Amino acid sequence: MSAALFIDVEVDDSIAGDRELAAKLEEVCPVDIFRAGAHGLEIVSENLDECVLCRLCLDASPPGTIRIVKLYDDGAVLGAPR
Amino acid sequence: MRFFEYESRAIVAKAGIPVGKHGFARTPARAREIAAEIAAPVVIKSQVLSGGRMKAGGVQFADTPDEAATHAERVLALEIGGHMPRGVLVDSRAAVQHEYYAGVVWDGIRKLPVLLFSDMGGIDIEEVAERHPEHVVSAHFSTLRPFADWQAKQLISSLGITGQALTRLTPIVARLARLFLQYDMTLAEINPLGELADGSFLALDAHMDVENEARPRQRALLAELGVGEQETRQAREPTAFELAGEEVDAQDHRGVAGNVTEFDGNLGLVIGAGGGSLTLFDAVRSCGGQPANYCEIGGNPSVAKACGLAKLVLTKPGVDKIAVMMSIVSNTRVDIVARGVIKACVELGYDPAEKIAIFRIPGAWEEEGFKILARYGVDYADRSVSLHEAARRAVERIGPQSAPVDGPQHDARERV
Amino acid sequence: MSILIDEHTTFIVQGITGREAVNLTRECLDYGKGAKIVGGVTPGRLGRDVHGVPVFDTVAQAVEHHGAPIDGSVVTVPPAFTKDAVFEALENGIRLVVIVTERIPRRDVAEMVELASERGARIIGPNCLGIIVPDVIKMGGIGGPAKDAAKSYTPGPVGVISRSGGMTTEISSTLTAAGLGQSTAVSAGGDAIIGSTYAELMPLFEADSQTEAIVIYTEPGGRMEADLARWVTANDSRLPIVAFMAGRFMDEMPGMSFGHAGTIVEGKADTASEKIERLAEAGITVAEEIAAIPEMIRAKLGARV
Ligand code: SF4
Repeated sequence: MSAALFIDVEVDDSIAGDRELAAKLEEVCPVDIFRAGAHGLEIVSENLDECVLCRLCLDASPPGTIRIVKLYDDGAVLGAPR
Repeated sequence: MRFFEYESRAIVAKAGIPVGKHGFARTPARAREIAAEIAAPVVIKSQVLSGGRMKAGGVQFADTPDEAATHAERVLALEIGGHMPRGVLVDSRAAVQHEYYAGVVWDGIRKLPVLLFSDMGGIDIEEVAERHPEHVVSAHFSTLRPFADWQAKQLISSLGITGQALTRLTPIVARLARLFLQYDMTLAEINPLGELADGSFLALDAHMDVENEARPRQRALLAELGVGEQETRQAREPTAFELAGEEVDAQDHRGVAGNVTEFDGNLGLVIGAGGGSLTLFDAVRSCGGQPANYCEIGGNPSVAKACGLAKLVLTKPGVDKIAVMMSIVSNTRVDIVARGVIKACVELGYDPAEKIAIFRIPGAWEEEGFKILARYGVDYADRSVSLHEAARRAVERIGPQSAPVDGPQHDARERV
Repeated sequence: MSILIDEHTTFIVQGITGREAVNLTRECLDYGKGAKIVGGVTPGRLGRDVHGVPVFDTVAQAVEHHGAPIDGSVVTVPPAFTKDAVFEALENGIRLVVIVTERIPRRDVAEMVELASERGARIIGPNCLGIIVPDVIKMGGIGGPAKDAAKSYTPGPVGVISRSGGMTTEISSTLTAAGLGQSTAVSAGGDAIIGSTYAELMPLFEADSQTEAIVIYTEPGGRMEADLARWVTANDSRLPIVAFMAGRFMDEMPGMSFGHAGTIVEGKADTASEKIERLAEAGITVAEEIAAIPEMIRAKLGARV
């Protein structure tokens, strides 16, 4: 029912298990896309389409480890190096 | 929010204004009891918020408790102006010598409350003001300083009233002015304010309206009167569709999808904000369109809220297409609303390009929004297309109201 | 020139740490010549800063820190606290208060307006987006982020007064697209009682040499339009006025409120049709749609030369 239509968030394997970072991302994202789960970072898929493209998660994580993908824009990536 | 007469009576009495013996009854048996307690001829008054109850037979006179019960039974079952009464007021019948009027309203120009007084009570004050202006006097009063008795006295005496009538009317009118402010009223009137043979005064009927915005701080009064938090007492009872709209709005705290109002056309409207909605609704009608609803989105709603509202409108029987239109937005985001309405179409199994007659929301994040709309083939417009032009385009696209069965709705569903 | 504010106007934001207030502060700092926001007030947050604006516990602290009287305040605190915040501003010498908050009970609004008039101060709002002088300054959320506001508003001869914040921008943008700039645009507020009505703002526009015409946006409810008509007739105003009336459908739905708190048809004088008549009697042209406004303004400006 609520598969994301507009936004996908890709997380690099290198940070997937980082609990501290996961907690930080949970705190920082205004629309609750990240959750600090038992095994580290989880993506709350029903909230993906709420992403406001604010880049706060990108600023909070090591460069290039999170990619916000605009599915409606041929997979354009938010925060990709120009 | 309007109070019933029996509630207004309670408010007036609480303020220390004399009222006749009375009681509120929801059953004929209770009406009989009250009439017996009053032990005199009574009048049975239907408790509805709509006017014209006298004409409709909602006011009956009874000489005995049994008669009171009989009348109450009839009045309790009588619908007036589309409303069933909440109960009946069993009121004593006073031998009135003279009827006065006292009322308080806000004056939006002077930005002060204004106290109105007339020695021609019992009829509509606006009518008196029009036909006998010399019988109505008024005075504005401060909201910062307590209302003083002399202010009431001065006003009443300006109609030439003196003697015992003046001294007895003064505290009543002053109390009315004070209760108006104390209880955040938008209207507080006693009409008629009756003078009895012995020279005493009674508030025979009262109308009170409390401001909705003040309900949170008038909780104590409302609880005392037994008014439920959910009771809105709109001029028209909300429909199931409208209640569903309130649910959509309540699902999260981000933004507003409010004031959903049902109409019976074929063009669903997802429109905003306050002024934009008013303009757009007029625009749709002026070019021959038939709106299925009114609504106001704004305040930067979530995708889920925009989606919920669009789904509600899309699934309303008789709706062929929706028009998504707002005046230029600065806080609400174009891309977020675009996502919401497209998501609604897709999740319902519709093609957004078919179902969205037009999307005209320019402003914040429009580049991003227009990308989304283009991707789904939705007809969209920027600020160079006026609100009226957008409405015209939507109406042209939807055409006249179509037959409800086997319409495009059906086809779209089957495609998936 | 402009009315109410100019590039030198100093102001504070009361409730500055709220989410919308933080955005509004950013927008005002970025717009035009950059607003002189000399402080913010949120009780208990002394010492913080919002986009470089120092936050204080009280208005008095902000005034003391500034070292001179402060001209204005934008108030964005919740309805239950608005009256207190506005009183605090007024008692600390602030003479222009823009109240953004909506859903404030009328009694509170009347008290604020009464105190303001005793102190010789002016209130804009409540339930408004503020004031904008194109390319110079904005005070409030009007027009949104600086780059969006710059798209809609340009300097020019038309004064705009509107009961709807969003429609202030829609109308100004339409004027801008037609090559007609604005002297000052005021979102006056959508409540039944507001600090400054059309008739109260007119003398300011009348005295402003830049302003040559006025556009107003109006709705059903209240007597503000009749009051404007009276003012225009009594003062033989030099300014031609074009009005747009929204919510005509409401004439068929008495007792129901749409759009804004003050927008409700309770009596005959509240109806759109009655108001249109009053305005027309005073020589105010009423446009059938927004897009027709620029032509009407041009016709009026042309007729006067
Ligand atoms: S860009 Fe913002 S909204 Fe989107 S996932 Fe990152 S933090 Fe959340």
